[in-house]
This record gives sequence, structure tokens and C-alpha cells, in this order.
Amino acid sequence: MATQNTKTLARLMMAPSVLLLLIWMIVPLAMTLWFSFQNYNLLDPSNVSFTGLFNYQFFYTDPAFFQSIWNTLVIVGGVLLITVIGGIAIALLLDQPIFGQGIVRILIISPFFVMPPVAALVWKNMIMNPSYGVFADISKFFGLRPIDWFAQYPLFSIVIIVAWQWLPFATLILLTALQSLDGEQKEAAEMDGANFLNRFIYLVVPHLARSITVVILIQTIFLLGVYAEILVTTNGGPGYASTNLAFLIYRTALLGYDVGGASAGGIIAVVLANIVAFFLMRAVGKNLDR
Amino acid sequence: MGSITLQKVSKVFGEAKVIPSIDLEINNGEFVVFVGPSGCGKSTLLRLIAGLEDVSSGHILIDGKDVTDAAPAERGLAMVFQSYALYPHMSVRNNIAFPLKMAKLDKAVIDKKVADAARVLNLTDYLERRPSQLSGGQRQRVAIGRAIVREPSAFLFDEPLSNLDAALRGTMRLEISDLHHQLKTTMVYVTHDQVEAMTMADKIVVLNRGNIEQVGSPLELYKSPRNLFVAGFIGSPHMNFVTGTYAQSKNAKTAGIRPEHLGLSKDSGIWRGVVKVAEHLGADTFLHLDVEGVGQITARCDGEFGAYHGDTVYMTPDETKLHRFDDKGLALRA
Repeated sequence: MATQNTKTLARLMMAPSVLLLLIWMIVPLAMTLWFSFQNYNLLDPSNVSFTGLFNYQFFYTDPAFFQSIWNTLVIVGGVLLITVIGGIAIALLLDQPIFGQGIVRILIISPFFVMPPVAALVWKNMIMNPSYGVFADISKFFGLRPIDWFAQYPLFSIVIIVAWQWLPFATLILLTALQSLDGEQKEAAEMDGANFLNRFIYLVVPHLARSITVVILIQTIFLLGVYAEILVTTNGGPGYASTNLAFLIYRTALLGYDVGGASAGGIIAVVLANIVAFFLMRAVGKNLDR
Repeated sequence: MGSITLQKVSKVFGEAKVIPSIDLEINNGEFVVFVGPSGCGKSTLLRLIAGLEDVSSGHILIDGKDVTDAAPAERGLAMVFQSYALYPHMSVRNNIAFPLKMAKLDKAVIDKKVADAARVLNLTDYLERRPSQLSGGQRQRVAIGRAIVREPSAFLFDEPLSNLDAALRGTMRLEISDLHHQLKTTMVYVTHDQVEAMTMADKIVVLNRGNIEQVGSPLELYKSPRNLFVAGFIGSPHMNFVTGTYAQSKNAKTAGIRPEHLGLSKDSGIWRGVVKVAEHLGADTFLHLDVEGVGQITARCDGEFGAYHGDTVYMTPDETKLHRFDDKGLALRA
């Protein structure tokens, strides 16, 4: 495999795909960077000019800016917490031999196949609606006042909806990892006097470390850009209470018609994503190389 | 202490009766080997003793105490698994210390016991390594170390040497036997390899289809097998079975003669055979012969005998070492 000949050939064969990916990534990034230094508003498209760092200053001084970054991190952190812990719990349950195992697994996985706007609409109109949602019915049954979720806990509601969508993914990955745990190791631990909790701490969790890392990394990529669920349910409000960075960029670009400002926001989002990725890789990346 | 008693133990998986009913007594300090072909229930029997499987009926007693319903950890037994079952993310030290940690022993006591076990097993230099950084034999020793530190009343081995190469298997066989002489603890050892059984055991339990065929010391089984199965299973190469007129002349349905109990000659004997394959091992040669009116016969002869494919060889069974079996396959005693 490692002769000079095969190495050259391998590089040659890989070149087109690498080139394509590079263009795919570089061109939009370069364009965004270019627009971020332009005064470019769709309300006045003939008057485009260079403005230096004004767009960045404009975006930075937006009162919603820091709140949107905070909201972004809360959504990522909150959803990760729920999906990883919930995913491990459900995977442990699904790993037990039960009647109707196949159907139960399909049901558990099904939320992943529901597209985000549809899922958000279902939650908004059928589950969290204060007058005829399921949660309201439950509250009324116990004689409590129904909670108006999107008005009282907008960000938490978003976290719940997004977590519901990603829980199957985490469960699936963690379940396969759990199934690959050597049965004799479990039996050895049993003979060594480890109870269920100890077996979980010393055997299962270390075994799952790599899969948990994969779940965290992949989900973070998607969770940084949560958008559809916010648009469909709270529309970023009340105020800016559930606006994350992606949604703020959307507002600037398509409600404010400010292409330059939105591009500056996009570049900030890229920088933020890289900072998150850097800390993430330092925290959990070592689990990947074993 | 470490005596194990099985009383009418049976195990059923769904429809399949893996073990119909077994009674067995294992005395304190004995090295007992369960041997039999694959699927004979020997591993299941070991797992029943360990408590990793529930018995379908019957009782298991350890040191006279009924442990039939006790959890594996409560039985005071330690087990060495076929795959070693080391914890991959822990160092060798933590692997060996794990059962002590679970027993909530003092840190200083744990350190001392781990150090002692490591010294006995020549693992002192490897304590900080991960299992994946060790060779097969070293992993095996770690698994044994993890068993030793608990000071169990008996060790259970489930085909522990089957993943090792032939040379290492020989070495580990000696090490385990040596360990047994040092610790004088009861050991129950499962294997399908009759060489391991013969070389290590104080007492061999031959199993077939979940039934005990015979229990005895290696030489007892070799000298007086109770039935055809034991006769064919113990000994290498296998015993020759002869039916027909020769067996009838000895008042038996089947006559059995071991390859090493055939007198060989190049010019005279009772049977005349043609060599099909000659396996030259150096000191010995195994001859696989076609004998007219008798069938396939394996003979063991001196390496200097000098027989090759196509040669004609005459054989005379040693009548004093002949085994006779009746029509039910049971041995007939003279």
C-alpha cells in the first residue's frame, strides 16, 4: 500500500474531490468576507461602497448581539446535556431484551425523520399550546394554570423541541456502542463484585466515551445553526429572548435587507464556531484517538 | 477452603436440555478439569458454578453452604475468561486492583496485594501499561492476577489458553500448574484439549452431551476407560476400535487398542497393513494404515522404525493392554 507508486496515484485520485471541497468552502467564505466590508443594503442596491469595519461595529453594537451569542451557547449546551444523558438512559433501556424490541426501536428513532419546521409546528400547536396543547391538558387535569411555554420560557421551549429531535440520534449511536461492549467483561465485573452502578461507572461510561464524543461533536455542528424551530415557534421573541446568532443574521439580512451587516454577522458566527470547536476538541477530542 | 458440590444440577435453555442432571464432588485443593467435545456443556457447567447462569433445578454447594441462588460475587469464586475480559481502559494495576476496590479495601492493603500478585506473575514492570500494550501471555497473567488478589475459595478457568499459540500454551500450562502447587487452592478448569486435561488435572471429568461419562485421575481414564466415548476421547492419537471376528474372538462387541500398544514388525504379525500416511515426529512416528478385514488402524512406533507411504507393515496387539466393550459401549472388565 505504501509504495511511492501507490502514494502518488492515491494523491492524484483524491485531488478532484479535495479541490471541489476547497472551492465549495472557500468561495462562499470569501464572498461573505468581501460583503462584510461593503455597505450593501438591498433597499438601496445601486449604492454599494467600501465601509471598512463599520458593519462589524454595527453588528457588535446591536443590543441583541451578546444575548444572541449567549442564547446560541445555551441552546447548544442545553440540548447536548439532555440528549447525551437521555440518550445513555434510553440506550441502556433499549439494550435490555424486551418484547417488541424492533418496533420500540423504530418508534424511538422516528423523531429524527421529522423535518425541523414540522416538528416545531407539532410542538407549537399540539403540545405546548396554552389552550389546547397536551401540556395544557395535563396542567388542567391537575388543576394547575396552563403554562404559555413560548411566552414564559421561550428559550427553554426551543431547547426542548431541538433536544426531542436529536435524542434519537444520540440514542442510536450510544446503543450501537453499548451493544459492542464485550459480554465477558460485564461478567468479569459481576464476579469482581461490581454492582450495577459500579459497572456503569467503571465499564460502560469509559466504553461509551468515544461515542459520546462523536455525538457531542456532530450535534454541536448542527446545533450552532438552529434556525427553523425558532422561526416557526417564537420568531426570536419575545424581544430577543430566543434569538440565536443564526436567527439574528437572518433578521439582519432578510428583514433589515442589510447584506453587509449580515455578512459581518456570518463571519462572527464562523469565528464563534471555531472557538467552540477549539475548546471542544481540547476537552473531548483525546477520546477519539485510541 | 474450597469444596464444591453439585446435586442433581440441570440446565435447560428453552427447549434444549443442555445439562440433564449432574452430581459431582470437587474436593478442597483439587485441580479438576472438565473436558469434552465442543457443545458438551462444560462451559455451561462452569458458568453455573460461577453463578453467571441460573440452574434450572438442583443445588450447588460451596464449602457446604447452599449458594444456588447467590449472586456471582457472593460465592467467593474467581474466574479467568477465554477472552481474558480485561478492562481495556484501565492500567494493569487498576485491572488487578478492581475487585479489591469493589470490596472497599484500604488503599495501602490494595497496593500491597497488587504488588504481591504482580511479583508472583512477573508483571511488576508492566503495571502502568494498558492491556492493549501487552502480549497474549501477559494479558493472560493479568487475568490470573485479577483472580488471585481476591483470594477466592476456588478458581474457575474457562478455556484460558485457547487464544495462545502452541509454544506459549505449553509455558502457561506449566505456570498454572505451578501456581496451583503454590496456592493449593481448588481450581476448576474447562478445556476441549485433552493434552491440557491430562497434564494438569488431579481429576478429570469427561463430559458428553451434558452427561458425565467418567470421573477419575488422568491415568485411571487412560488405563481403564469406562466406555467407548472416554476410550476414544482420552489419548492421542485416538484408540483404534476393531469390530468383527477379531473382537468376537475376545468375547466383545468392540475391541479397543491404543496406537502405542501395537507391536510392529516388517515381516510377521496378526494384522497386515499398508501405510497410507506416515507422520514422522522425530522421536515417534504415527502410521495410518489400511488393514484388510479390520479397517483403518493408527499405530505409534519408534522414530527409527522407518516406514513410508506404500510400505507393508505387520502388527500384533498387546493382549494385556486390550480394552473390550459390550454392545452398549460399556467396558468389560476381565
